[in-house]
Amino acid sequence: MSGAPSGVAARPPILVVEDLRKCFGPNEVLSGVSFEVDAGQVLCLIGPSGSGKSTLLRCVNFLEEPTAGRIFVDGEQIGRREENGRSVELRATELARQRSAIGMVFQSFNLFPHLTALENVMEAPVHVKREPRAEVEERARRLLDRVGLADRADYYPMQLSGGQQQRVAIARALAMRPKLMLFDEPTSALDPEIVGEVLEVMRLLAGDGMTMVVVTHEMAFAREVGDRVIFMDGGVIVESGEPARVLRDPQHERTRQFLARFS
Amino acid sequence: MAVDAGPGATVGGHLARPSGAGGQLRRLARSPWRIVVGAVALVLAAMLVHLFVTSSSLQWGVVGSYLTSSEILLGLWRTLYLTALAMVIGVVGGTVLALMRLSTSLVLRTTASAYLWLFRGTPLLVQILFWFNIASFVPRLSLGVPFGPSFVSAGTNSLVTTLVAAILALGLNEAAYMAEIVRAGILSVDRGQTEAAQSLGMTRRLAFRRIVVPQAMRVIIPPTGNQTIGMLKGTALVSVISLPELLYSVQLIYAKNFETIPLLVVASLWYLIVTSVLSVGQHFLERKFGRGRTGGSFNQPNRVWTRGLGRRVEPYLGDAL
Repeated sequence: MSGAPSGVAARPPILVVEDLRKCFGPNEVLSGVSFEVDAGQVLCLIGPSGSGKSTLLRCVNFLEEPTAGRIFVDGEQIGRREENGRSVELRATELARQRSAIGMVFQSFNLFPHLTALENVMEAPVHVKREPRAEVEERARRLLDRVGLADRADYYPMQLSGGQQQRVAIARALAMRPKLMLFDEPTSALDPEIVGEVLEVMRLLAGDGMTMVVVTHEMAFAREVGDRVIFMDGGVIVESGEPARVLRDPQHERTRQFLARFS
Repeated sequence: MAVDAGPGATVGGHLARPSGAGGQLRRLARSPWRIVVGAVALVLAAMLVHLFVTSSSLQWGVVGSYLTSSEILLGLWRTLYLTALAMVIGVVGGTVLALMRLSTSLVLRTTASAYLWLFRGTPLLVQILFWFNIASFVPRLSLGVPFGPSFVSAGTNSLVTTLVAAILALGLNEAAYMAEIVRAGILSVDRGQTEAAQSLGMTRRLAFRRIVVPQAMRVIIPPTGNQTIGMLKGTALVSVISLPELLYSVQLIYAKNFETIPLLVVASLWYLIVTSVLSVGQHFLERKFGRGRTGGSFNQPNRVWTRGLGRRVEPYLGDAL
């Protein structure tokens, strides 16, 4: 796959999505989507609202249960397993363990309002992984420092701006040392002048080699940071490839129409 | 406010300062009706105080002599532990009922709804009398196989004493109301909170305990405080089954000495004292669970803190129940 750093021994892709389908009642939102993401790659999902890109992201960590298809993260199937040739649902604790290795950042931040920024970051490592508190606190403070919020550790979410909240949310997800980070329109709820500070953190993260899938409307970010772009419409992948090519020279009429709105 | 040429604009040399004594005087001057209403209220209050102080039927000496008498204190003690026990049953029962109503199981949901329908649809006074007379409805209680042999059995009257009847009636009735309070509290927590917790690897159960409950408490605590205060006063109803709590203790005394009004004042004073103490306690609990928020607003986009009452019910303990 393009974008994988050369000179690194070939590793299996971190994320494999196979023929993913999702129906809500009679509506088919995803109609057979397949793609792979290699370690260290940044994949940007773009497309009009209702095209299924958020649903796709939520299926990857089983916040939505796919109607059909399979998802593998680091070689392990998510949410289901094959048993005697039949696919059976995983136990809740198993699914929770799998999710702990997949970080997710939401459009509306979803910070825990009753906990301070530091406590938000510490919550899952302490209560899910049961790591020693002192160790977690040190790591959490480092992460907050990395997202530029070392001085806001003891603030509650409502005392922070949207951009600051989203950066805490990123630190919170990173505290679980995920193999893969999912971003569901992380800047769509932010004021335009604040978007940059969140994108900057994501850019740093990509630079550190984090594998990321980003649903976004920030075309500049997709072009500069993305290794690959997938354009979705009507529940299918219309077009995918290197950002520079897809964004500058789209092959499909539908992609052209969509991108025309951003220039 | 900025441009103010009215009277008092230069009081104290502060221009356009709406607060402070000058500002208040100015507001009063602008609305003479405030003065009239205030005066009327003051006169009424004075009349009330005058009535209480000078009334011949209200003898403060009698009030004082009974206020801390042993019969009254014993009655007060019974009122307090009735309130406490009934609230424990109410909160525990209400939580169970709320979780049943939020469960994925139709049987559990229907059972809980039927309970609420029954206990909220009949007067508490009737329920108290019903429990008091339960022996004539179910003469013997036994533990064993339904419709089969029983292992232990006892006469209902020996188990359901007046005190037990009172606690059951108050507690089971309260559970029906607490169920709705707990349910509203749980539903007030945005679904995104559970999703965020799950995406971090929490199971539903852990997410419920660590993330949902602490936030729901903020919505649950204030009405629970009100319910406790209501319960304290509601215990007076069990005087109808001759349980000598505070009110009935007072009634027993004035039935003999005819000092009706002073003794009712004694009871009222105690109710007022206890409700005041409870209100202070409630204030501190609210502060504790209001952590992370000032005022009632919630500073995240796309969020209204109380939204969710009419939302699709998320089965929180689907796996657990």
